[in-house]
Parts: sequence; structure tokens; C-alpha cells
Amino acid sequence: MAAYALRRLLLALATLWLAGSLVFLFLLLLPGDPVQAILGLEASPEARAALERSLGLDRPPLERYLAWLWGLLQLDLGESIRYAKPVLALILERLPLTLALTALGLLGALSLALPLALLALRHRALDLVLGGLMALLQSLPTFFLGVVLLYALAVHLPLFPAGGFPGWDRPLEALRHLFLPALTLALARAAILFRMARASLLEVMGQDYIRTARAKGVPEGWVLLKHALRPASLPLVTVLGLEGGFLLTGAVIVEAVFALPGMGSLALTALEARDYPLLQGLVLVLSALIVAFNLAADLLYSLLDPRVAYA
Amino acid sequence: MRSPSLLFGSFLVGLFLLMALASSIYPVDPNAPDFLARLKPPSPEHPLGTDPLGRDLLARILHGAKNALLVGGIAVAVGVLLGVPLGLLAGYLGEGWDAVLNLLMETLYALPGLLLALLFAALMGPGALSGMLAVGLSLVPAFYRMARALTLGLKTAPFVEAALALGATPGRVLVRHLLPNLLGPLLVQASLAFAAALLAEAALSYLGLGIQPPDPSLGRMLKEAQSFLPLSPYPALVPGLTLSLAVLGFNLLGDGLRDYLDPRR
Repeated sequence: MAAYALRRLLLALATLWLAGSLVFLFLLLLPGDPVQAILGLEASPEARAALERSLGLDRPPLERYLAWLWGLLQLDLGESIRYAKPVLALILERLPLTLALTALGLLGALSLALPLALLALRHRALDLVLGGLMALLQSLPTFFLGVVLLYALAVHLPLFPAGGFPGWDRPLEALRHLFLPALTLALARAAILFRMARASLLEVMGQDYIRTARAKGVPEGWVLLKHALRPASLPLVTVLGLEGGFLLTGAVIVEAVFALPGMGSLALTALEARDYPLLQGLVLVLSALIVAFNLAADLLYSLLDPRVAYA
Repeated sequence: MRSPSLLFGSFLVGLFLLMALASSIYPVDPNAPDFLARLKPPSPEHPLGTDPLGRDLLARILHGAKNALLVGGIAVAVGVLLGVPLGLLAGYLGEGWDAVLNLLMETLYALPGLLLALLFAALMGPGALSGMLAVGLSLVPAFYRMARALTLGLKTAPFVEAALALGATPGRVLVRHLLPNLLGPLLVQASLAFAAALLAEAALSYLGLGIQPPDPSLGRMLKEAQSFLPLSPYPALVPGLTLSLAVLGFNLLGDGLRDYLDPRR
């Protein structure tokens, strides 16, 4: 187990290093003169020289790469051009909102998908209806779903705020502002989880030990909850590992719909302001979160099913 | 045609293709504003109503459908052309090649389409090209995994060994004997990937990272209509529903094809 975890951790670090290097390479390839792109044509030579120095553009690429890697090891992501603050500090300001949205979305998706999948297996008619509904839900673009919910539950029926975020000082108000965005994300991700849960429950329900349990006279509901759910959750954990990317991407889109000041809006601002150090830091942190999510799911899987650690 | 999802999926996909084709017949300019006819409901002159700038919604979704098909098609092509050969190689050569390519795909998983789109937009400016490349690259791992898994399963099959024993070169085995066996699953994967590409491109245009205005894109149309929702729902509903039904069509087509091609059924 420990050896497997270590191997998996090393792979995650290698992935992260490769992803970071790709991001660095990208910004090295920026067309034209980044200093001119940032400052415009009328900048004074002194301002140009100062920015060039602060971006490290006066040094050769390899030296810049090594310095950047070294900074990364010390959690130094450089300085934002637009905000004149360390990139890491800016990201840490926005991170809690995006993480809260992602976590609430995942929680909501799971608490919709699992009970519905169990219900679908109990009732044939409901199975057909839910199957169709989920196929439809899977095809709805996240932002369309968000706009529809926003219009229905914030504008037409003003139950929830239409967007924005009041900050974490008043937690209840903050949660009220997060409800619709989290619901959007949860609905968007619930469809795929429902289909996976249903398929793996169906597979488990064909096993011999389920027949044994039924033959003993165990009530059908108890068979599902007690005998089928745990083994059926294994494939679901694999799917969850790949969900990290979808959840974070979805969160960025949902943030745009509901005007939430998270990582997504910061990334769009950084792009518009040609704040390349900030953009680089944001992409790197988001991809680190995806790698961490995937790693956590793999380790969880090996805890639930110890056989993989020895494969 | 026993499968209802295959039937309904083909119908929706066919409808979407027809819409894209009809964009060159429908005589109304999708980008001509008419400030006297803003946010109008459906009427004989504007069958689906008009948007906040008074542009004809029908013309805009027809051209939007054409743009979505072009962008989605090229993105899927990028995914297939990179993912399938790399997957074949990784599965066939194994060992070191497999490990290196797996790490590369793992890295691509960590940089989903949206993050790649941010980088490409910084590199070449936001637009249809950068969006297409980003979505295409993000589709590569799925095609890679499929091709690799199937090749791993087939490379010790008797017909492959027979071909090798007859003196066929590895390249010939890959192209003439393994690739044809991938075509069925590839078709299924391509249909599902097309649905994903449509969604991804629309999300990018919604964020301003895809097709640029005034060129109509279904995602962008929704963005522009969002703040006018209390005044008129049509400019948001029309592109939103068009996109959803097209995505549903490609998803159903993929699911239906999978069941249809599955030898166990």
C-alpha cells in the first residue's frame, strides 16, 4: 500500500512538472514582444527595461526556466503585472470560493445521482423516465442550465440572489449566494454519475451473492443498500477521479454565469490584461488541483479495493 | 433499426446538419442589425424573433450551427489524428514508449480544454482557431486510451501473428490489420466526442474564448442575450435549445451505435 501510494505520488509530481513546463513553454512562445504587448507602443525605455527585468526577459530561456522552477519549489509564482502583488496571494484570495463551489457541486451531484440510481433500479417505469431525463441533462450546456435557473429562481421568482458574492464574513448569506451556482454545477455533473452508478449497480445485482441474499429472504431495499452499494461504488470512484477536471472547468463557467469573483474571473481578467505571470500561475494551480483530485481518487480506490496496490 | 436512441439520435443529428446546410440558402444576413426591431417575438418576417440588436435569430442559429459543426469537426479530427496513432503505437510497442505516452496523456488530462484555451488565447489571441486547437487537444486522451486498449487486446490475436509470420512489417500490421478493427469503437467515440466538442466550444465562446463576434456562435448568442432575459426569452432559449438538442443527438447516436455494434447483443 505504502509503495503504491509513493509510486502514485511520484507519477502525480511528474505529471505536474510536465504540465508546468508546458505552461512555461507556452508563454515562452508568445508572439512578438510581450513587454510591448503589456505596456503598449508609447512606453518609455525606462519602463520597458524595468518590466523586462521584472519578467526576467533579459536572461536566456533556460536560466529563466530554472529560476521559475526554483521559485515554484518555494511556492513563489512570481508577481502579477496588473495587481502588482504576488501571484500566489491573489490566487489564495480567490481559491476558497472556487473550491467551495466545486465541493458543493460534487456533493450535490453525488447526493442526487446515488439515491436516484437506487430508485431507478427499484421501479421499471421510473428507470425509463430517469434515464431519459439524465440523457437530456447530460446534453444541456452548463451555462444554459445556469442561465435558466438564474432566470427562474432569481429573476422570475426572486428566491435567491441573482449573482455576486458578499464574502465569507456572513456565512449564511454566502451560502445563499452559492446555492444556485452549486445547484447548476451539481445538476450538470449528476447525469454522468447517475449513469455510471446505475450501470455498476446493475452489474453487481447479477452476482451470485445477491441471489443468495435474495434467497435468504432479505428485503430488496436492504439488498441494494447493504450488499450492492459498496461494491458498486468502486467503479464510481474511478469516474470521480476524472471528474476533477470537469468540476473545476464547470466551476469556472458557473462563476461567469453568476458573476462570482473566483479563479475563473481572475483568469479572464489576467488574459484581457495580458498579465502573463498571473495567467501562468492560475493555470498551474488549477491543473495542480486536478492532479491532486485524481491522486486522491486513486488512493481512495486502493483503500477500498486493496488488490490494485499489488497489481 | 431496433434501437430508439440510434433512431432519435440520427434524426437530431440530421436536423442539425440540415440547419448548417440551410445557412447558405436562407437569404437573411445573420449580422445585419435592425434597431427598430430589437428583441421581437417570432413573426412572419423573423420566424424565431430577433436578438438585442435586432438581428434575425433564425439566420443566426443557422450560421451558428454551421460554425459549431466546422469547429467541432476540426476539433474531433485533431483528437482522432493525434490520439489514435499514438494509442496504436503505445499499445503495439509497449514498455518504454507506453510509459512515456501514458505520462503525456496524464498531463493532458491535467490541462483540460478550458485551461488549454486560456493558454492558446494568450498565444494567438482568442478565436475559433485557438478554441478548436484547445478542444481538439483535450479530446486526444480519450481516443488514445481507446486505441491503446484495443491494440493491447488484439496484438496477440492469431490473425496478427499469422500476418507477422507471413512477413508483414509492423507498420503494415498496424495499418492493415489493427486499424480496421478499431473503426467501430472509433465511430462511437467520435460521436460522443463530437457532443463534448460542441459543448466545449459553446462554453469557450460563452466565456469569450471561442468564435469572436459578430460571427454567430451558439454560446456567444446566449451570453449576449442573458441580460435581456426579463425582456424577451427567445434570444437565450433559441440558441440554448438548438445546442442542447444537437448535443443530445450526438450523445444518443454514440450510445445507439455502441449498442448496435456490440457483438454481445
